[in-house]
Amino acid sequence: MNAKTFCTYETAWCPGCGNFTILECLKIALEQLDKNPSEVLIAAGIGQAAKTPQYISANAFCGLHGRSLPAAAAAKIANEKLTVIVDTGDGDSYGEGGNHFIHNIRRNVDITHFVHDNQIYGLTKGQASPTSVLGLKTGVQTDGNSNEPLNPVLLAIACGAGFVARAFTGHKEHLISLMKQAITYNGYALVDILQPCVSFNKTNTFAWYNQRVYELDESYNYKNKMNAMQKAMEFGDHIPIGLLYREDKATFHQKNVVLRQGTPLLDKKTDFHYMNELIKSYI
Amino acid sequence: MYNLLIGGAAGQGIDTTVSILEKLLRYSGYNVFTTRDLMSRVRGGHNFSLLRFGIEPIHSHSNQLDGIVALDEDTIELHTNQLKDTGFILGDAKLSGFDPRLIRIQMDAMAKVLGNPRVSGSIAVGAVLKLFGESLDNVRAVLQAFVKEPYLDINVKAVEDGYASTETHFSHLHGVYCDQMLISGSKAVALGAICAGLRFYSAYPMSPSTAIMETIASKADKAGIVVEQAEDEIAAIHMALGASYGGARAMTGTSGGGFSLMVEALGLSGMAEIPLVVIDVQRPGPVTGLPTRTEQSDLKFVISASQGEFPRMVIALRNAYDAFYQTMRAFNLAEKYQIPVILLSDQYLGDATFTVDPFNPEKIQIMDPMSEYTENKEYLRYHYSENGISPRLVPGKTEQLVAIDSDEHDERGWITESAEVRTQMMDKRMKKREGLKRELQEPLFIGDNDFETLLIGWGSTWGPIEEAVTLLNKDTNTRYGALVFGDVYPLPVKQLQEKAAKAHHIIDIEQNATGQLADLIRQETGILCESRILKYDGRQISGEEIVERIRKGAVQ
Repeated sequence: MNAKTFCTYETAWCPGCGNFTILECLKIALEQLDKNPSEVLIAAGIGQAAKTPQYISANAFCGLHGRSLPAAAAAKIANEKLTVIVDTGDGDSYGEGGNHFIHNIRRNVDITHFVHDNQIYGLTKGQASPTSVLGLKTGVQTDGNSNEPLNPVLLAIACGAGFVARAFTGHKEHLISLMKQAITYNGYALVDILQPCVSFNKTNTFAWYNQRVYELDESYNYKNKMNAMQKAMEFGDHIPIGLLYREDKATFHQKNVVLRQGTPLLDKKTDFHYMNELIKSYI
Repeated sequence: MYNLLIGGAAGQGIDTTVSILEKLLRYSGYNVFTTRDLMSRVRGGHNFSLLRFGIEPIHSHSNQLDGIVALDEDTIELHTNQLKDTGFILGDAKLSGFDPRLIRIQMDAMAKVLGNPRVSGSIAVGAVLKLFGESLDNVRAVLQAFVKEPYLDINVKAVEDGYASTETHFSHLHGVYCDQMLISGSKAVALGAICAGLRFYSAYPMSPSTAIMETIASKADKAGIVVEQAEDEIAAIHMALGASYGGARAMTGTSGGGFSLMVEALGLSGMAEIPLVVIDVQRPGPVTGLPTRTEQSDLKFVISASQGEFPRMVIALRNAYDAFYQTMRAFNLAEKYQIPVILLSDQYLGDATFTVDPFNPEKIQIMDPMSEYTENKEYLRYHYSENGISPRLVPGKTEQLVAIDSDEHDERGWITESAEVRTQMMDKRMKKREGLKRELQEPLFIGDNDFETLLIGWGSTWGPIEEAVTLLNKDTNTRYGALVFGDVYPLPVKQLQEKAAKAHHIIDIEQNATGQLADLIRQETGILCESRILKYDGRQISGEEIVERIRKGAVQ
């Protein structure tokens, strides 16, 4: 593969799926940021959303279910010149990969995490996801989902993430703007993107989201953590979208003695004199 | 050759005492071999080390003791039956017991006079040096590496006081100093990785593998390596894979339980053809098993771990020499074939200290991934090639895009369900096995070429088997030989078939309950090991124990 611009390839998504909008916005954001495909790595695990790296011309790491965060973080550690984006679903990010989600916030590698949050499992044809609402009936949750939904943005802020945002596929320009801010943010950035699943989630439809979301305006202070946590808990008749919390924090690269020397890790060479010195120290 | 046991409770500083003593003996020109027997606790219990030294090469432990240094009464109670008649028990004056071999010195009282009860270990070191007729020449130089400056003088004085407190008991062996390393298996693995150009090590702490991570971490800043303690072993292996894909040479390490969690990702290395080195420092299972003890029961597990089929290489480490050079080789094999290479160590090998010739990293030329793509054709990450190896580029290093997928994929790395592509891509990956078979190193042969009985083993039992063969061949009635495997999967068969054809009797020796290598040999070659000496109590078999079990006919 070789490409100068971000093309789209044939997809396996249902017509009307929010994934199309996210893919389109991602391409626009990368082009507006003047990124070359060869400097961009898109990583994902497994799921319908996780097919995104297959449909855009960039470097792609299509790994295992739930495990894209540690792999993507380490690829960035290996080569800080790469723009690393994890673009995947709510099951991949918050279910199978829940432990990595928490700990990669602590790690704070400069990567961006776009989560396609449709509150349902698509690829396995319609079971509850970690963000599914209480009572949602599915082929498995036949009496309605009895598990409380996870609040990913609240959790991320509580865990110490420095950039946490919520978006909706119905507000494209807003989404593109958030994507660009997240990509340029120096550190781990999460954008939880609400999107409809036209095939399997008949509750949280495009109209359902569209009636409830509202964009946070300039009066909102995204630098105040308590404020942000309160805002993050708003999810019902009104759902705020926009940058919920932002704080500049030391990144993994800035904190690591070896990485902050400047040379990307993959370009470092072990000094031969050092090897001999090391061997001698055991004599 | 002399054999010492130093025992006490966890927290009494046995390990430091032993480390000081082995270094002093090394400087006196002896070969040293030390094995560590630890309980899985931070305080109390009973821990001991077996320290063997002499002018001849020493590659394993012995349970027949010339001396016991007892820092508590349990040590006397538990080990006196292993003591030779000519041996001694060195202990504090307060210790009870009527054994005529008991040498009581005022360790605690002397330490109190010196003003620090923690120096009693150094007093014991001094007494041991005197008992074996050694000098005090290198004491200060050695202590400097173990003791902080403010405590150096008092420890030197403690060694001198201990030295003065007793008489020489054994004839002096007259070691001749030459430059040799004193290093444990796990530290040798760490050095091998560093010298192979390791850039990224991620792991989750797990006994007995943690020493590798700690050693690399202690050198990381100078060597230019990032060490990351991951949230779990799943993250650890995925981080190693991400770093390797990103162009940084990567490794992860664990024990059997952690390896179990890594299994799915091992398949990702095979499927996406991402070079990866994983070390499993084995301990007895199943599950938590015996956390700080030794076993060789993960062989069958690691050669077949993960769903589906993909090429892999498994190398068992036999000693500290292997631990260094085979770790370096593992990185080259992983890079060349773009596969997972699994190193098998165990607690015995990992924690044991060996005397070895200084490592020479120049012996192994390190391979790097492609740095450019000059062909005039479209770049295909998974291009079908004659030998199954496709051009591996690093993302971001060229204008070419590098796509990897855990789904079955075409030559570009894109998802496919085509029956034709699936078959071609499986064949491409599996073709790498042919190349791997040409890389195999035959097992080490030990003993008499005119053997009648052939012993077979792998990995860390190399030392005990070598000693057993030497002891057995002293008796002129029957001749013994042994094959000890390093490369175990794919299994090298040439030497095995030659030797097995000559053998009247084959005895398999393994630290597990079923004889996993013997089963693998039967599966791959049809060769049957008629007898098996198996040990799975968490303690390494010794050369003497092998001899005893053969003589008693105590084989399965």
